[in-house]
Amino acid sequence: MVAIRPRAERRNDSNGGVSFDADVLVLGGGPAGTWAAISAAERGARVVLADKGFCGTSGATAPSGTGVWYVDPAPAQREAAMASREAAGGYLQSRHWMARVLDETYAQSNRLAEWGYPYPAGDDGQPRRNSLQGPEYMRLMRKRTKSAGVTILDHSPALELLVDDSGAVAGASGVRRQHEDSWTVRAGAVVVATGGCAFLSKTLGSNGLTGDGYLMAAEAGAEFSGMEFSNAYAISAAFGSVTKTLFFGWATFTYEDGSVVPGAASKGGRKAIARALLHGPVYAQLDKADEQVRATMRASQPNFFLPYDRTGIDPFTERFPITLRLEGTIRGTGGLRITDDSCATTVPGLFAAGDAATRELICGGFTGGGSHNAAWAISSGSFAGRGAADYALQTRRAPATSVRRAGTAGLQAAPRRALDPAQLARAVQDEAYPYETNYFRNAERLTASLGRLDRLWREVTEADAAAWPDLIRTREGAAMLATARWMYRSALARTESRGMHWREDHPQLDARQRHYVTSGGLDEVWTEPRPHDEGALVEAAE
Amino acid sequence: MIEIIDPERCTACNICVTACPTNVFDKTEGLPVIARQADCQTCFLCELYCPEDALFVSPFAEQPQGIDVVAARQSGLLGSYRRAVGWTKDSEHLREADRSFRLFGQ
Repeated sequence: MVAIRPRAERRNDSNGGVSFDADVLVLGGGPAGTWAAISAAERGARVVLADKGFCGTSGATAPSGTGVWYVDPAPAQREAAMASREAAGGYLQSRHWMARVLDETYAQSNRLAEWGYPYPAGDDGQPRRNSLQGPEYMRLMRKRTKSAGVTILDHSPALELLVDDSGAVAGASGVRRQHEDSWTVRAGAVVVATGGCAFLSKTLGSNGLTGDGYLMAAEAGAEFSGMEFSNAYAISAAFGSVTKTLFFGWATFTYEDGSVVPGAASKGGRKAIARALLHGPVYAQLDKADEQVRATMRASQPNFFLPYDRTGIDPFTERFPITLRLEGTIRGTGGLRITDDSCATTVPGLFAAGDAATRELICGGFTGGGSHNAAWAISSGSFAGRGAADYALQTRRAPATSVRRAGTAGLQAAPRRALDPAQLARAVQDEAYPYETNYFRNAERLTASLGRLDRLWREVTEADAAAWPDLIRTREGAAMLATARWMYRSALARTESRGMHWREDHPQLDARQRHYVTSGGLDEVWTEPRPHDEGALVEAAE
Repeated sequence: MIEIIDPERCTACNICVTACPTNVFDKTEGLPVIARQADCQTCFLCELYCPEDALFVSPFAEQPQGIDVVAARQSGLLGSYRRAVGWTKDSEHLREADRSFRLFGQ
């Protein structure tokens, strides 16, 4: 039986372009966005999904393979799964959130199987649902999103949120880059699922992930949490884009002269690689993989081998130069702060999911492989979609007559010449990429970098609005800049080392800082500690 | 990054123009063109979506290589990724070839 679902209504737009009235608008069409859109539609909401690129290929998941935190509901297995990474994450996880994410991921993965995802079977004949192939997964998610009645706007980056008189989010607008016109969606609730920010580092699938949703949300007043957990770097061939933390677990890392880099490892030894890269090239060879592992890798992740097969390198028997590419808040766990089980943010009508939302609730300050990240996208997407739908349907009323555009940087007329977006992006990269600043953090270098970033922000606010075709790039650059400032201000506020955040001037974990660092603001960036539920008890007892 | 649209294989279906997540291609009156090569993120997905195996993405993410279309055809690499993930008729069994579960926890 096919349910008839209400669709978003297209309105005439006096300015050319397209306009829709919807209950829920989802920004971003990766895993979190598509799960949000489907989940909202299943609640009876009229849904529009706007993707900067093409829903199905956009985002970090589509070109990759990813593990999924799919755990049997048996209590002992659940407990082991929750306990396994608490230390690595710096004890900032929440048992309540881990349990509900495990439940949701389990249920939704089983639905993927019903929808036809070709999960493999193990030797026992039982399905194995703890890994997804990105192209296959996201092609299926696009199909399901469409069949759920969602209106998809491809190649339609959002530029700014719309806010009503009460300060509640009432939609968004952006551009259709292949039509060179605009789109506007009036909606009762908006889900930000625009991914994290990798600063255009060319780590696989991340060039659309420039923190756009962070900037838009912050302009409406939203807060962040855990932005200090934003310095993940991934290993790739020096010339290539394909990263795969798991496979480099079988690698030996060497200097130019062939000697082994002491302490270098894919897991737990990446800082040693970064240190070596500061002085010269580093090479990898996956020589620890035996024949069986090699064959399994090849069958399981064809994308991993593209850089090698296409350059005639045998990665198992020959060494090749590697680099570390910044993954920022994609693998980092910081993001928009969520305030309740529906993934609501601090702004009414605004919800967050996937890498756009903080993943501290299940990962704390550290994520290793993709499995928690994929589970978070599925679960937070589903929670946010349902939450946004319920919110919008409860408050459904005549569309607010007056909404204002919340966008600032790069969108407002100002006396100075508009900025060159390529220069802006490079200036931010110069602050965010260096291992000396972002990986090996200390107060002196963070403070100096923030001085330069703050000055750059002033330049952005004093510059004239960008015109087509620089508009999208300018907003991306501004979003990257704002993201770097929340990151480094938060990193400065956490005067200890915890999770992936490492301070060379405070190399130890400080038990008194088992709290979250909240941040926000644009012209003035602020941070504030917020107690971890269990951490508060510990501190009170001291 | 994207290097080649093979004019002998391309049927101007323009799926690549739609499917590319970073909007690298443009439609024209004839065959689509690589209009913004520097925007390519080297994700290889256009190759998967091209039903004619007319596209070739070089694994070099930073610099164009200027690869020749004849050389690309002779390399046997056109369509190789699509076959490897099971997205061609004769390779469909590979869609469930993922054995990552054997690698986790090793």
